[in-house]
Amino acid sequence: MQDNLNKFVSEYSLRIGDTSLILGQRLGEWCGHGPILEEDIAITNISLDLIGQARSFLTYAGGLLENNKSEDDLAFFRDTREYRNTLLAEQPNGDFAHTMLRQLFISAFQYCFFEKLKSSKDETISALAEKSLKEVTYHLRHSGEWIKRLGDGTGESKSKVTEALEELWKYTGDLFSMDEVDEALIKKGIAVNLDDVKKNWQMKIKEIFAEATLEYPSDTFMITGGILGNHTEYLGHLLAEMQILPRSFPGAEW
Amino acid sequence: MSNSQWPLWEVFTQKKAGLPFEHAGSVHAPDKEMALQNARDVYSRRNEATCIWVILSENIISSTPEDIGSFFDPANDKIYRNPNFYKITGTTLE
Repeated sequence: MQDNLNKFVSEYSLRIGDTSLILGQRLGEWCGHGPILEEDIAITNISLDLIGQARSFLTYAGGLLENNKSEDDLAFFRDTREYRNTLLAEQPNGDFAHTMLRQLFISAFQYCFFEKLKSSKDETISALAEKSLKEVTYHLRHSGEWIKRLGDGTGESKSKVTEALEELWKYTGDLFSMDEVDEALIKKGIAVNLDDVKKNWQMKIKEIFAEATLEYPSDTFMITGGILGNHTEYLGHLLAEMQILPRSFPGAEW
Repeated sequence: MSNSQWPLWEVFTQKKAGLPFEHAGSVHAPDKEMALQNARDVYSRRNEATCIWVILSENIISSTPEDIGSFFDPANDKIYRNPNFYKITGTTLE
């Protein structure tokens, strides 16, 4: 029973860590390419916050496994089908409006999620959630303020953020996917019911969209599969770049 | 080129409550909220601040290099304006 519980908590922690890791890696691609120096630094700051979260959650996930894996084992030696991140995180950066809208969707999710997860009965998860919450509060503020300005800005900025919305909206449903792992851990007071998180998320996004003069999309078909390892074509390319060094030179140190 | 730039803001950071604000540098930003965020990202990401001020650079009134003579030179030869010039009489402070 305890073995089973450990397996579930490990899987749960892995999902949280993977989303932070993949989004952090994506944002790192902006380094040196930001629209202005200040924003370049802002985006890479967010990236570093996320990679920090990933390190903690992956370390915890790996330690609960029977064969005890390190954060690096998990980050660099798993393939796409073994990754558990939400599909939105792996979507390409596109233009600045794409990146900021993806950020808003995920930061708003992480904000609503960690806010509840800090009351988790698992002490480690609760502590990590509390620490992460402070970081994502800023990410949400930063991306939210940008979307308001892009949506309610010029004709060009509005058309770019509208295009991004059409492209990204179909992946937002995957943020709230649950399965038997969630179910079992919700019963134990360790996990959070994502249906509740979804309500808060929708309120946040509606609030920001109203100020941004963007239309909140109606219910459409959602692409899901992140927690099952069914990813979009983009994750493989991202992993190839992220993993090539440790895979070519296992155990390399510098 | 210069008219395509966002306005310039001066950034002041306070290391600890009670300490004076010090000039940290400047950032470009379209408005005050983004100026505050940019200042946070550029000047306090290594734990340097507990409070930040930003102000539009154009709102700062500065003396000019031409003012140096009339503003500051007259203070050069008035050492009696320094309190340590005066001998304290009576009981010592130690």
